[in-house]
Amino acid sequence: MSDYLRNWLTLVVFGGVAVLLVGAFLGLGSLVRPSRQTSQKAVVYESGVDPQGDMWSQSNIRYYVFALMFVLFDVEAVFIFPWATRLEVYDVFGLVEMAIFIFILALGLFYAWRKGLLRWI
Amino acid sequence: MEVAVFIVSAVVVLSGALGVLLARNPVHAALFLVQTLFGVAVLFVLLDATFLAAVQVMVYAGAIVILFLFVIMLLGVDRADDLGIEPIAGQRPLAAVVGMSLAGLLATVLLVAVDGLTGAPAGTPIGDAGDNTRRLGEALFTDMVFAVELTAILLTVAVVGAVALARRLSGPMQPLPVVAIAEVDDDPDEATGDDS
Amino acid sequence: MILAADPLLVDGIDLTVVLIVLLKAGVAFALLLVAVMLVIWFERKLISDMQNRIGPALAGPWGILQTLADGIKLFFKEDLLPTRADRVVFRLAPYLSIIPAFVAFAIVPVGGDFSDGGDGTVSMFGRSTFLQVADPPVGVLFFLALSAVAVYGVMLAGWSSGSKYPLLGSVRASAQMISYEAALGLAIATVFLSSGSLSTHDIVVGQSATTWNVLATGIVPFGIFLIAGTAELNRPPFDLVEAEQELVGGFHTEYSSIRFALFFLSEFMNMITMSAIAVTLFLGGPAGPIVTQRVAWVWPLFWFFLKVMAFLFTFVWLRATLPRFRYDQLMDLGWKVLIPAALGWFLLIATLDVAADLGWPTIPVVIVGVLVLWGGASLLSGAVRKAQAERLEEADRGADETAGSASGLGEA
Repeated sequence: MSDYLRNWLTLVVFGGVAVLLVGAFLGLGSLVRPSRQTSQKAVVYESGVDPQGDMWSQSNIRYYVFALMFVLFDVEAVFIFPWATRLEVYDVFGLVEMAIFIFILALGLFYAWRKGLLRWI
Repeated sequence: MEVAVFIVSAVVVLSGALGVLLARNPVHAALFLVQTLFGVAVLFVLLDATFLAAVQVMVYAGAIVILFLFVIMLLGVDRADDLGIEPIAGQRPLAAVVGMSLAGLLATVLLVAVDGLTGAPAGTPIGDAGDNTRRLGEALFTDMVFAVELTAILLTVAVVGAVALARRLSGPMQPLPVVAIAEVDDDPDEATGDDS
Repeated sequence: MILAADPLLVDGIDLTVVLIVLLKAGVAFALLLVAVMLVIWFERKLISDMQNRIGPALAGPWGILQTLADGIKLFFKEDLLPTRADRVVFRLAPYLSIIPAFVAFAIVPVGGDFSDGGDGTVSMFGRSTFLQVADPPVGVLFFLALSAVAVYGVMLAGWSSGSKYPLLGSVRASAQMISYEAALGLAIATVFLSSGSLSTHDIVVGQSATTWNVLATGIVPFGIFLIAGTAELNRPPFDLVEAEQELVGGFHTEYSSIRFALFFLSEFMNMITMSAIAVTLFLGGPAGPIVTQRVAWVWPLFWFFLKVMAFLFTFVWLRATLPRFRYDQLMDLGWKVLIPAALGWFLLIATLDVAADLGWPTIPVVIVGVLVLWGGASLLSGAVRKAQAERLEEADRGADETAGSASGLGEA
């Protein structure tokens, strides 16, 4: 087993213990709590009146735009990270190429901004 | 140990993939996709590609599937699609052909290029595992610079596409078409609610 | 600078190693749970003081056991499952919310001697080890990946409830969390510039050798991290997720009993973890002067907890001071201020680093860099002002047309 896998193994153990602990909480809860279900209790909350219409409604397209912009910047960050850890080997050439990279992506952000997509109301 | 981890994550990956195909509810399908992506991340860890493993979770599970979920919610998931309708004519036979050829390709590769499961490591690593973030960066920003910049352009184009989809039309909003209003009136949930 | 992984795990695993790992995990869990209990009490007590009232006072001395009492009460409450809920996902969501909160703490170095270039190893039962549960080589990315997973807990909890308020709350919350995650990641990138590593342990060691990252990166990324972290935690003033006046309870409206307690717990646990990460990345982790040599190992722990406490105090202080943001203000701050600022600052610091490597004089480079950034920013703000003016004009025209037409449906 490689050295690094061991480090991850510790994390897996830790995560496993976390799952067990949460499971134990929920299990203990289900043992001690009362259960007197009525159909009224299972009705969802809607300011005190009976729920109206569909439960799952459509969401606004703006959320989609922000999610897409997030993909853009997440990928950008992923490219930046390895570059940032090893700055000294890339020199001026590396700096210029990172500046171009960031500039192109910033263009995307500014385009969406200019077109009013980042405006919420 | 490695083999055990591999088998477990392979099962996770494959069951997730099957779940994506078989789940009726699109949100469940997206969750199975997350399961698959996690399995792949574990496989990356197994190969000492720790950076890729983290990126796999960060970008795919953290951003792409969230994007899928937003799209699913945008479309409104509770309306079960009628599976008898083909939105694009001829897409089913086409999908069958493409799927079969992909399967054939995979089978060919497995039969021809790999001499079965040897259990031997794929090759000598060029650096130790902690180093792979740096090595990846070096490869990306020296040999692959052009591809990296193309990625930036690709992402920007995606934003332009999103802008085209979601932009506000100038001027006042058009009134709803009559058909849509009729549909709202026919909503079964409202019709049944006779409290009086 | 590449450092060895945790020396505990390098040569073979025997029973002692397994026991140490289990001990560390156990202590970390106990610490987190007790800390969460105390933090909830701390917040309630502190905010009472700030609002000139007493706060919890009856359970235990100074009401310190109030959280425990509340927790036990929630165990005995009935668990309700809405009829229209998606049963499987509804039960899965609390796990997705709390597990990342637990696990993210594993990468935080809580102690160990980092002063005078020490590498933070402590000896425990004759083995030397780090005082952190695990030190994966991409520790910080691991934290980012976990905060990405935490979005699922919020999103699925709201979606699976099959109710309107939770759904609205969860969509809002996840959009907010991903927006600020982008800013968070870009602020952290600047730390990598000065530390040259993605491992939390290496980052702390790097800071003990030179100066703390909060200065080395020029304060701006620290400020961005703090703001984005507050928003990522859904803490006031960014608590739109559960804006009571608009969304009732937000994504956990339909949750009751212990499942609700799990969401509550994960919220405060995330607060502790975020503070600990901020301390690790920017404030030198457990580094600090060793005052007495007699119990030298206590001092790093002390400094670490002191720094974390400072962050926790700040979070509560923000809550007591600032009113809630509006959603459009929130999105504007994230996308139009924090992200461009983080990117610009990253480029500036990178330029300075490269210039220092090449031996260019610092001051002209700083001046040119700042000028370029300022030019970019002013161009940008000019463009935005122009766009806004055009938009207002357009809106005026639109309003005129709308007034003329009979539909009466304005731009919503």
